[in-house]
Amino acid sequence: MMKKEKVLINSFRQIALDTIEMVVENAYISQTAKPGQFLHVSVEGHMLRRPISIADINKEKNTITILFKVVGSGTAKLATLTPGMSLDVLGPNGNGFQIDDQQKSTILLIGGGIGVPPLYYLGKTLAEKNIEIISILGFQTKDYVFYEEKFSNLGRNYVVTDDGSYGEKGFVTDVVKMAGDFDSYYSCGPLPMLKAITTKLKGKPGMISLEERMGCGVGACMACVIPTKKSGGYKKICSDGPVFHAEEVSL
Amino acid sequence: MNNLAVNLPGLELKNPIMPASGCFAFGREYSKFYDLSKLGAVMMKAATGTERFGNPTPRVAETASGMLNAIGLQNPGVEKIIENEVPFLANYDTSIIANIAGSTLEEYEKVANAFNQTDDVHALELNISCPNVKEGGIQFGTDPGMAAKVTEAVKKASRLPVYVKLSPNVTNVVEMAKAVEAAGADGLSMINTLTGMQIHLPSKKPLIANQTGGLSGPAIKPVAIRMIYEVKQHVSIPIIGMGGVSTAEDVLEFLLAGASAVAVGTANFNNPYVCPEIIEALPETLQKYGFDSVQDAIGKGIVQA
Repeated sequence: MMKKEKVLINSFRQIALDTIEMVVENAYISQTAKPGQFLHVSVEGHMLRRPISIADINKEKNTITILFKVVGSGTAKLATLTPGMSLDVLGPNGNGFQIDDQQKSTILLIGGGIGVPPLYYLGKTLAEKNIEIISILGFQTKDYVFYEEKFSNLGRNYVVTDDGSYGEKGFVTDVVKMAGDFDSYYSCGPLPMLKAITTKLKGKPGMISLEERMGCGVGACMACVIPTKKSGGYKKICSDGPVFHAEEVSL
Repeated sequence: MNNLAVNLPGLELKNPIMPASGCFAFGREYSKFYDLSKLGAVMMKAATGTERFGNPTPRVAETASGMLNAIGLQNPGVEKIIENEVPFLANYDTSIIANIAGSTLEEYEKVANAFNQTDDVHALELNISCPNVKEGGIQFGTDPGMAAKVTEAVKKASRLPVYVKLSPNVTNVVEMAKAVEAAGADGLSMINTLTGMQIHLPSKKPLIANQTGGLSGPAIKPVAIRMIYEVKQHVSIPIIGMGGVSTAEDVLEFLLAGASAVAVGTANFNNPYVCPEIIEALPETLQKYGFDSVQDAIGKGIVQA
């Protein structure tokens, strides 16, 4: 269950162009958060909190790793913080990736840009269950690439850049074939990428994590919704998601 | 004696604080943070005659000291609200105000009438000021004649006291207030959001899918205070004030301008505990500025001409 918590910033480093990795300490969140959940972070001088997905957890040290890309005034403000300072967050929020019945299978992780981080904690959790992991990470250019080594430690890993400045050239969908056989997939990234992936992998069991501009982040304001395929109407990304079955929502 | 208590038509409030409609859904989410019995009342999200899915996304955009929203009255429809949501809120010791919206006079009447089925709703908030749907009542909220007509119809259809929620997107808010008072309104709630727009530089297009949205948050507080101050001097029905409230000091400012109770909207998003925190801070704030009670402060900021 989400709570309003203070988290202490332990470390802060730029790991790629405009991309910050922050490790924060909080006992409650580190002990309860699951892969795919997010923190709703209050930013000084800003009305709305910023949803940032959880990239890793260290339960022994009570730490949570979050990554964010500096894209606007809110994330720019977050990027001025330093270790020793604290953040006001709601967390852990949302429903994460379902990982129960995946024993003895091969899982494909497909991440794009700042959608890569939640897949790392997921991949780590799956790898601990001796599940075979294959990952495909897509970035705009060489300058934006991060976590290549971390994902390589989990299993076979492909990096692809839009302009070919690093790894394969093209989009994540272009290298799915190279990845070989897999049983199901998990994906997080920009909407056009998720559209392409779910279309290409139609019929395969998969889960996708979505992002949207959020208001409350707790399911009350109905700002971040996604149309559903079956019933008509909408699901709330912050509280019904952010992770959905690929077949459940209409991208 | 409880110095925070206020009695308004249909509403015996233990304190004057309530979450504003649309910012609190039907209370379930915030009930995970605190006991909703702490609240003076809850203003439920708007109910329409049938289910509405709302607008495409993005539906919100942050602004300087505020935000724009264009949700589009997403709600499951009045019958489902009465069946599933009202009973949940009725578990708490707080007053329930049902916000009603519609595209036509008939839809307003239908929704108002539907709430007669339940004994757990204590008042209606008549939403004639949602700026975010093409036919969401705003046409009723900007023309005094239309506003009077819908107020009269809803009064006739309902046995509950009716608080008419006024739009700030008018030239003369006093004229609107007088029109609905004459039509039988039991109270006013003001203000709804101000229509605004933000253009997203990377795409060079309006950020919100609906293009325009309603501006809320501290940015609109001075507008709300001014409008309540003006209206209070021309009507005798009570006003529930709202617009950018986030502290007990803000609440006192609304009381001084003439509000009898105060709703908190956008501030819930950043701080889920904002309502109980304001309620806790209010006695000390009243005392600091020399008031014995909430009742004592209402309208005291108005300078008599």
